[in-house]
Amino acid sequence: MSVLPQETTVSASSSTATAETRAAKLMKRRSRIRFYEIIVWIAAIAAYFLLPSKMLILTEIAILALFAVSLDLVLGFAGIVSLGHTAFFGLGAYVAGLMAQHYFAEPVTGLIVAGVASGVLGLLTSFLILRGSDLTRLMTTLGIGLMMAEVANQMAWLTGGADGLSGFSPGPILGMFEFDLFGKVGYLYCVGVLFIGTMIMRRIAFSPFGLSLKAIKGNPMRSGMIAVPARKRIVTAYTVAAIFAGMAGALLTQTTSFVSPDVLAFHRSADVLLVLVIGGTGYLYGGIFGAILFTLVKDWLSVITPQYWMFYIGLLLVILVLIGRERLSRWVEYLPERLSKKEDR
Amino acid sequence: MLTILFDGIAYGMLLFILACGLTVTLGLMNFINLAHGAFAMAGGYVTVVMMNRYGISFYWCLPAAFIVSALIGLVLERTLYQWLYQAPHLDQVLFSIGIVFMAIAATDYFMGGQQQLINLPPELSGRMDVFGVGVGRYRLFTIIVCAALALALQLILSKTRFGSRLRAAVDDRRVAMGLGINVPLVFALTFAFGSGLAGLGGAMGAEILGLDPNFPLKFMIYFLIVVSVGGTSTVSGPFLAALLLGIADVAGKYYVPAIGPFVIYALMIVMLIVRPNGLFSRGSR
Repeated sequence: MSVLPQETTVSASSSTATAETRAAKLMKRRSRIRFYEIIVWIAAIAAYFLLPSKMLILTEIAILALFAVSLDLVLGFAGIVSLGHTAFFGLGAYVAGLMAQHYFAEPVTGLIVAGVASGVLGLLTSFLILRGSDLTRLMTTLGIGLMMAEVANQMAWLTGGADGLSGFSPGPILGMFEFDLFGKVGYLYCVGVLFIGTMIMRRIAFSPFGLSLKAIKGNPMRSGMIAVPARKRIVTAYTVAAIFAGMAGALLTQTTSFVSPDVLAFHRSADVLLVLVIGGTGYLYGGIFGAILFTLVKDWLSVITPQYWMFYIGLLLVILVLIGRERLSRWVEYLPERLSKKEDR
Repeated sequence: MLTILFDGIAYGMLLFILACGLTVTLGLMNFINLAHGAFAMAGGYVTVVMMNRYGISFYWCLPAAFIVSALIGLVLERTLYQWLYQAPHLDQVLFSIGIVFMAIAATDYFMGGQQQLINLPPELSGRMDVFGVGVGRYRLFTIIVCAALALALQLILSKTRFGSRLRAAVDDRRVAMGLGINVPLVFALTFAFGSGLAGLGGAMGAEILGLDPNFPLKFMIYFLIVVSVGGTSTVSGPFLAALLLGIADVAGKYYVPAIGPFVIYALMIVMLIVRPNGLFSRGSR
């Protein structure tokens, strides 16, 4: 009588132990640095030396990439369709501009302040997206984006209204590196922020936390049953995404020395969704690949048809959806996972 | 004061006609169609072209706008939309944004980016005095037409065989098909009818709302507000929501021009938080 229960506890604890090691192994496997990631960052550095005349468009790509990666955390992991992500981008842009104009011209400080401001807005508005269906969320995010645009437009004494903010120039980065005329320092600065931001979000997304977000995306009710606090997780993810979106906005302000009300326009929210669709959602780097392709296509189109490039962007969206957007990003799975093969499976 | 109320009612009626097609696609077929405004714009431009280029009477333009928009809606539904009824919402959003972008650029290409104007027939322009209240004749005309349409819509949905088929198809698609109802046909016709109504609204609204290539984007949020605030289970819900929105918007623009739109968006968000299923929904579904 006394032997049997003991045996079962032993086997149970040993199976828990193996399950734990297996889980740890799986998590490690999931979060491993992939082959293509190294290529991306090498390419980003190489571009600095190989394409010195294309610094401005490269900077644009880096900023859009950071913006898209931050949206992927919300869309690809937490599964929230947001049409108002540009609210955070725009807020960050304006905060960075106002910082540089009135208080402190050092860019990194401005970047952090902008990130914090957007994060606060993200935290406050995240409670609004917890309720209701996809449509309700869509409406709420869209409404927040439009409200921000309206605020920026009406508070002309602060934001310059329709004319935007101008007449400020960011100081040297950390007091050492002055922005130059060709945008070389600006590019390195943006790539640096993109790298750090992506690495932080990567750490978040490929942790158990990120996995629980995906569970919420899959089925909120079931994830609640396995003790995943869905509301808390969504609030956190949304806030983090808002912080980085704000930083992307701040980068745009600092590299162009100008803030226009366009940073809050609706088409920016649509653009960044398109970027993610091109690059694929749910693995963060989709934002980067998508930003590269999107910016190149847009640049090419706006040379061919300066006025009507929007038509082709729309056509692209329709075609992408109809042929199935998952097919585009599947190529990543065919790449080798790592350079050298060793250990497990 | 009463004039503002009157203008608001006219505006709200227009919004209802514009948005009621969306109520069906969005609420009943569960398709997030952000491109609804594009159909309204099509109707508006049909009117502008017919009136200003060919000199056809305004009264003939209204049915023409309805028919052209309905045909466009029918063709698009059969070729593109029907494949996406079961797709995730993100796909539907992206798809319809794509349609909006294409519509904007195409309109810009063919018609130019400027604001389009139409010349109303003389008996509809100007104001008249009714019991001391200044009443725009065209607005009175709008109210009468839209109220008649709303009534007809309610009757069609509740009394006719087509209406009961549609409600059956919406309540349970599979069972309705099992009963021999041709659900795709019902949906296609409904979509076309909704697009046609939007086109009619666009034609009538060219005078009040203005008409330029950015029309679908500018009014997208208004349509969505009407639908999400009014709920989608009845005709009267969106109707009341549209009236409220119209009055609030006109009054807001008149009394507090600086923060008018801001108030509308804020109200919408509060409404969505308090009643996520709409103001007049019949319980949670």
